[in-house]
Amino acid sequence: MTFDQRAAIATPVLDVQHLTMHYTVKKGEVQAVDDVSFTLAQGEALGLVGESGCGKTSIAMTLIRLLADNAKIVDGKVILAGTDVARLTDEQMRKHRWSDISMVFQGAMNAWNPVYKVGDQIWEAMELHFPDMVETEGRERIAELFELVGLGPELIDRYPHEFSGGMRQRAIIAMALSCDPKIIIADEPTTALDVIVQDQILRELKHVQETLGMAIIYISHDVAVIAEVSDRIGVMYAGKLVELGATDEVFPHPKHPYTYLLLASTPSVKGPRRKLAPLEGEPPDLLKPPTGCRFHPRCPWATEICTSEEPPFNEISEGHSVACWHTEEVPELGRLEG
Amino acid sequence: MSATGNRPLVKVENLEKLFPVGRGIFKKANQFIHAVDGVSFEIAPGESLGLVGESGSGKTTTGRILARLDHNTAGSIHLQDGEEMLDVADIGKDGMKRFRRRVQMIFQDPYESMNPRRTIYDTIAEPLQVQGIGRLPEREQRVAELLEMVGLTPAENFLFRYPHELSGGQRQRVAIARALVIDPVFVVADEPTSMLDVSIRISIMDIMLKLGEEFGVSYLYITHDLAVARYMCDRIAVMYLGKIVEIAPTEELLSNPMHPYTRALLSAVPVPDPGHARPDVEIKGGISKAIDPKPLCRFLDRCPWATEQCRTSDHPRLVEMEPGHFVSCYVVEQSR
Repeated sequence: MTFDQRAAIATPVLDVQHLTMHYTVKKGEVQAVDDVSFTLAQGEALGLVGESGCGKTSIAMTLIRLLADNAKIVDGKVILAGTDVARLTDEQMRKHRWSDISMVFQGAMNAWNPVYKVGDQIWEAMELHFPDMVETEGRERIAELFELVGLGPELIDRYPHEFSGGMRQRAIIAMALSCDPKIIIADEPTTALDVIVQDQILRELKHVQETLGMAIIYISHDVAVIAEVSDRIGVMYAGKLVELGATDEVFPHPKHPYTYLLLASTPSVKGPRRKLAPLEGEPPDLLKPPTGCRFHPRCPWATEICTSEEPPFNEISEGHSVACWHTEEVPELGRLEG
Repeated sequence: MSATGNRPLVKVENLEKLFPVGRGIFKKANQFIHAVDGVSFEIAPGESLGLVGESGSGKTTTGRILARLDHNTAGSIHLQDGEEMLDVADIGKDGMKRFRRRVQMIFQDPYESMNPRRTIYDTIAEPLQVQGIGRLPEREQRVAELLEMVGLTPAENFLFRYPHELSGGQRQRVAIARALVIDPVFVVADEPTSMLDVSIRISIMDIMLKLGEEFGVSYLYITHDLAVARYMCDRIAVMYLGKIVEIAPTEELLSNPMHPYTRALLSAVPVPDPGHARPDVEIKGGISKAIDPKPLCRFLDRCPWATEQCRTSDHPRLVEMEPGHFVSCYVVEQSR
């Protein structure tokens, strides 16, 4: 790890404490995010991984406060640059959004307005946050950002249809950077892209993170992507953060059964061709999450206590926390290569 | 493979599919997308061949043609039928029914590939009805059997439910049951797990592998994911802009990729191990569209190795570099 964890804990740019968020639907309350806590240090890349419906995008939407009408923050704090943004009104939040924390949305590359030039659309977002900036200055800045993400500055005056999928995604990243945020959330930033373009985009994001010293929260269902880009990894299951630790600690030595099974069921092109372990069953209905540990119905190690009592999120070694009653029984995964 | 000797189950020769572009009501198409352009391969009985490539490489079109959901504009497909090799192009209407009994397809999107108003029983039993196989009690028994095999147990709980009551993974199990219910010899599977969550994926792939073996089915397994192809396939063919650029047994292809495109593709795949340092990907940009391409090597504009020969010669043919390992590249050929 290139990054000093102790310094990180001392000065986090983001401190999420016991965040709990529900959606109200006809049948009741969907407990989408339940008691999730983590911090993010300046310049750090944190990966949140989990399956669809595990709450990773809900967390992102809570952090940037773009919640659906039926969503409510039930409990917890989101401390961003010293302010608890979970408690701000929409009007107050507007100051922080894009300039303190910005986001690359899933599928955003398909959301460009086809009738405006790409550069003009980015300038439109900047105008609101930099009322004193004149357009020529703004265009210069956009050109710099384009260069940073590997786009030629002449592309500012092109229309979205003249861009390929990868180029549109680069432009989205440039837009997310345009108001100089401290944190970027990248929600499945490469999911619809082919692997060669995915590789380019991930390298671009890494480059941005290193050049600008920015913190990034990556959200993905793909553990291989998360393994490559993240300093730390948070594994989510059914609205819970079940494991959090340094990526090169969690991958060879997962301590939560779900993390273990997720990693063991991911095929790879490298290493020995191995039998993969299937994960039986389906994720639970969050209207009525299972009692005790939410993973117990699918967990091969589950015992009596798992069905009745929720395991605490304990730090088992420095910087590595797990919520499981049987963490010492989870086998080693080991490296794929020697 | 012993009973049928070395004869292939499926033999594809110079398959071609052109899609017209820019056609209007009064305007004849004057340009064509060469979606599949001179593709040849064979699949042995019981073998699983992976077709891998980026979007736009022509892999889905190839699969659809093999399942007769699309027609090729040139080339031929032969399917083993007893002692003969049946030419799929001139099977006619009666032949088509016979063909469907032997060749089935599994689609990518389990939400779109099922009639929402039909029960699971109706969905799976439909091929039996169309083919006139068995009477009602036998069909019911057969459907229940298949449901158990794909892990939807107990079958009674699923028989009379509707697709919307099932999760994506369960629907894909139903799709597999429907494809296998009439005992086909060949199944075209187009990204059957790409819309499913990671934890569901493996069980679906395991079911396909297990049933493939039990039923002696050959698969054409279409995927963009080399790691998935590695898990599922005996051999892998890599497609680029309508051409197969490399084809080899799976582990040979992964450990000894030769074509510059295969090498780039392989080095771009993220590895679920933070200790693994991937090499840099040598190629830049994205795949273009094969609209009336020049007769040159399709990969020329992105190739880091291109020589004078590549710039002046036709698209290179597939050359056997190692036993069973074919590559279509002048530079690789020269290195021999």
